[in-house]
Amino acid sequence: MSNNDQTAAAGAPPASRPKAARQPRRSRIIVDFMGSMSLAITLLVALAIASVIGTVLVQNEPYIEYLMDYGPFWHEIFAGMGLYQVYSATWFLLVVAFLVISTSFCVYRQTPGLLKDLRRYNTQVKEKSLRAFNSSATAELDQSQDEFLKHAHRVLKAQGFRAREKTHDGHTVIAAMRGRWNRMGYLLTHVGIVVICVGALADGTTLLKINEWLGNLEIETRSVPVSEVPRSAWVPAWNPSFRGSVEIPEGASANVVFLPMREGYFVQELPFRIELEEFRIERFSTGAESSYESDLIIHDPNRDEPLRHTISVNHPLIYNGYAIYQASFADGGTRLDIDAIPLGAEALRELEVPGRVFQEMEVPTPDGDTRIIEFINFRLENVIQLLDEDGVRENRHMGPSFDFRLMDRTGHGLYYRNYQRPALQEGAMYFLSGVRESPADEFHYLFLPADADDSLERFRTYLAMLHNADVRNAIARQVARDDDTVPDEQNQAIATTTAELMGLFARGGYMAVHEEIERRVPPERLDAMRDLMIRILHAGLQGLYMEVLQDEGVVSIQEEEQRFLEDTISAINAISLYQSPFFFHLKDFEHREASGLQIARAPGQSTVYTGSVMLIVGIFLLFYVSYQRLWIMARRREDGTGTHVVMAGTSNRHQVEFEDRFAHLKRWIIDQKPVDANNSGSTHQSNNKND
Amino acid sequence: MSVPHEALDFERPGIFRRIQPRDWAYIALTIAVGVIAFWQYGHMMDRYDTGGLILAVALSAWVGWFWRPWQAFSIIVGALALFGVWLYGDDLARGSTNFWLNYVGSGQAGVMWMSVFLYLSTVAYVTGLFSRSDFPTRVGGAFAWIGAGAGFMALLVRWREIYLTDPTWGYIPVANLYEVFILLAALTTLMYLYYESRTGQRTMGAFVMLVIAASVTFLLWYMFTRDAHIVEPLVPALNSWWMKIHVPTNFVGYGGFAIAAMLGVAYLIKHRLERTRPDAAITQRIPSKEALDSVMYKAIAIGFAFFTIATVLGAMWAAEAWGGYWTWDPKETWSLILWLTYAAWLHMRFTKGWRGPVMAWWAIIGLFVTTFTFLGVNMFLSGLHSYGEL
Repeated sequence: MSNNDQTAAAGAPPASRPKAARQPRRSRIIVDFMGSMSLAITLLVALAIASVIGTVLVQNEPYIEYLMDYGPFWHEIFAGMGLYQVYSATWFLLVVAFLVISTSFCVYRQTPGLLKDLRRYNTQVKEKSLRAFNSSATAELDQSQDEFLKHAHRVLKAQGFRAREKTHDGHTVIAAMRGRWNRMGYLLTHVGIVVICVGALADGTTLLKINEWLGNLEIETRSVPVSEVPRSAWVPAWNPSFRGSVEIPEGASANVVFLPMREGYFVQELPFRIELEEFRIERFSTGAESSYESDLIIHDPNRDEPLRHTISVNHPLIYNGYAIYQASFADGGTRLDIDAIPLGAEALRELEVPGRVFQEMEVPTPDGDTRIIEFINFRLENVIQLLDEDGVRENRHMGPSFDFRLMDRTGHGLYYRNYQRPALQEGAMYFLSGVRESPADEFHYLFLPADADDSLERFRTYLAMLHNADVRNAIARQVARDDDTVPDEQNQAIATTTAELMGLFARGGYMAVHEEIERRVPPERLDAMRDLMIRILHAGLQGLYMEVLQDEGVVSIQEEEQRFLEDTISAINAISLYQSPFFFHLKDFEHREASGLQIARAPGQSTVYTGSVMLIVGIFLLFYVSYQRLWIMARRREDGTGTHVVMAGTSNRHQVEFEDRFAHLKRWIIDQKPVDANNSGSTHQSNNKND
Repeated sequence: MSVPHEALDFERPGIFRRIQPRDWAYIALTIAVGVIAFWQYGHMMDRYDTGGLILAVALSAWVGWFWRPWQAFSIIVGALALFGVWLYGDDLARGSTNFWLNYVGSGQAGVMWMSVFLYLSTVAYVTGLFSRSDFPTRVGGAFAWIGAGAGFMALLVRWREIYLTDPTWGYIPVANLYEVFILLAALTTLMYLYYESRTGQRTMGAFVMLVIAASVTFLLWYMFTRDAHIVEPLVPALNSWWMKIHVPTNFVGYGGFAIAAMLGVAYLIKHRLERTRPDAAITQRIPSKEALDSVMYKAIAIGFAFFTIATVLGAMWAAEAWGGYWTWDPKETWSLILWLTYAAWLHMRFTKGWRGPVMAWWAIIGLFVTTFTFLGVNMFLSGLHSYGEL
């Protein structure tokens, strides 16, 4: 990064620039190349492009996902180029290293000239070169040379210039400069960048990579308990810099963190043990999370008694150079007491399933088969935001829910989310169960109507009776008999059909009913017959419902009872799509959470901050302190009547402003007139106009 | 020819002599406001908040001295905001029952007025570009002042409204896209007005106000489609005093880059018109290329300086909130890309002395990178800065 702005801005270079040697030494060529602007810009661009790649291609995903996204061919290439971890790829670090070296060379090359600029006022200038400046003026004054020089010094001093004067063979040169801190700005910015990069390098994974390369370390790619991770993947506690994470369930403790590395991880030992006493989520009145907090206990052999401390987001614990952050949370293995309610003839005989989040267990189905249930997650609170008719937001607390997957013996199955409590939906209460094919999909919900006691009792009774062939036949006969529009001789046939349709509906919903109708009825009569059949089916279902209500002792059917029937029919219809032989109902639970901690050791942090401060200070000096140089040459005129004056100036920034300023200086120094008699404020204003 | 030195005006008066009585009055006022604020709310502030208050007072006093129009502007905006807060009392419902609050003084009404005046200002400036008279651009300037004032007033009143919605929520209104877009529009307008007052180049507004009008359009769209103006509690990650300085600093950066890009557009148009229609009135109306280049540089310089500070502050915040000062989160990475874009621009100008269309194009491309860093990352990439989601 050559810093020849001095010459770029000025019309002519100061005379003292050393001329390039005819035959540059080889080391000089290397210095020139490494410190060249072109190389620096090329590296900046390379760094920018690499950074873009790193944001477009999602980093640090499991390798299996990349394989699925890009296919084996591109996966190999991408993995080989380190594109999944761009920012720790060797080539990326090389680019950064080159940038640091290039900047260092630039600083190395520029510093001598820069220091010279600051120290040397360069009183050796020739009149010819002064006249060649963009900002330059000459004048013949009547004043004596001494008088003029005295005046010039006064103006320069008042305007903040530091000046040196030298007289040789009849002419006197005043060399003056102002804003020397601007030149320090160059040094501070560039050294700042180098300092930042060095600090960041100290905090990176370089040490781990070197040890891996030397064969001291080997990444672990399997998900196994810590005790089964081979020692070759363990990083000893003295490792000075790392950043990793660990999940600790409530009541448990950990003395390791996991450092993600490519497709696997290392296990980092800690010199102390962290116990999680409790994890809490504080909430606002809306149900939104206001704070995540963990009560930690640090057990350190070097301490007399354990340290208790509560951390939260934005409030980490710094312990002996280890920073412990609240990073995430998860379930820590909540105990779930579940009733598996068969969705069929056995609907009234539930099966107790004692589950725990992250565990799997087998559940025997009523038909003698087996399903495997895997408990995935538990949530204590579910708050959904709804907009009511007036556009006012309403928060609905849905209560606890649990997620699980139900698989057959081959491992195929769907994902479910069941809520413990019934939820209000358009005026009635329902037990909700979401089902989806993969975690990426949206849930489709099964709404099981809750009865007046917020229980599933009535629904289960109805379902069990519907699945019972004897009950169906009895109901069908009764319905056919009670129907006055049906001639007596057709009673038997209608009853048979009703019972059959009810049986079909119980097993396969409307879909099965329609298929059966289409199978039996010729196409030309289909429309008429379908309506009739559905009416018969509904009459049967209604009849069954009357029976259920009668058993309960309900005599008159109100609107809500009627609605319950409709909901029940909808639910039974949906069961065929639900693809689970059970409805898993959460009776009780014992909540246990886990806190995800991020633990880091970053010895380079203060170095990086120091470099950042240098960078910022340097930028302000560069932008807002204007480095100006001024030369005034005065010579007694040949005829002895006055003084011949040449004045020239240059600045490395703000040419437009400097020309104004030079005009002012000329008016004061040479013309010796006020710049603006009416507005004395304008002079210092022009000094302030740097940004 | 010799004139007594007393008659010359080169002697720089001392710093205290350059502060005029009205400056002293303004400085005294800002300090008084700061002291009253501390006396009223000191019990709710930790030492960082106190430091922030002192910084804000010092900054406002300095800006008032450095750029005098700020004095009247900040006093009027502050007075209007206080009036609104006073009208509210302890009852948020007055926002819809009180006439002044409902139509002028509430956060939401202020945003609407800001939008109206910034649109009007844009129209006036563009008219001024095609007019021989200075009148339309002067009107544009006045509207821009009113628009910026309404925007800042809206933010100040909203600050109070958040506390009124729920005292436990309280936060400074720079926490979501809706709020930062108000900040962006008002702040960029104010920065532009500074450059206009310093250079006297009023027709720059015809270009700069276009990008501000675009941001207002986005703000309105976002507000109407997402109900973004409804106050929501803060997510835990944002609940930090760092936000108070990180976010506004960032938007000085974005504002500077936006102004520079629009001046780049003006530069390119001027460059072309000078070749194709050198004598046309419109060619004369656009400021000279030198003037545009100069302001473009200054806008990028201030933007770059503040963006650097904002990024460093962001890194320090990240170290406290996420456990690492630099984790290559997409937002961080794009900040680096943006920083590199302008670092290269500045190097080209400083060391190679580049000027002209290439630099203008670069500044325009820079605005696209800025926009992606600001919005695109939240829209297209996942990451830790996901609270600004669209």
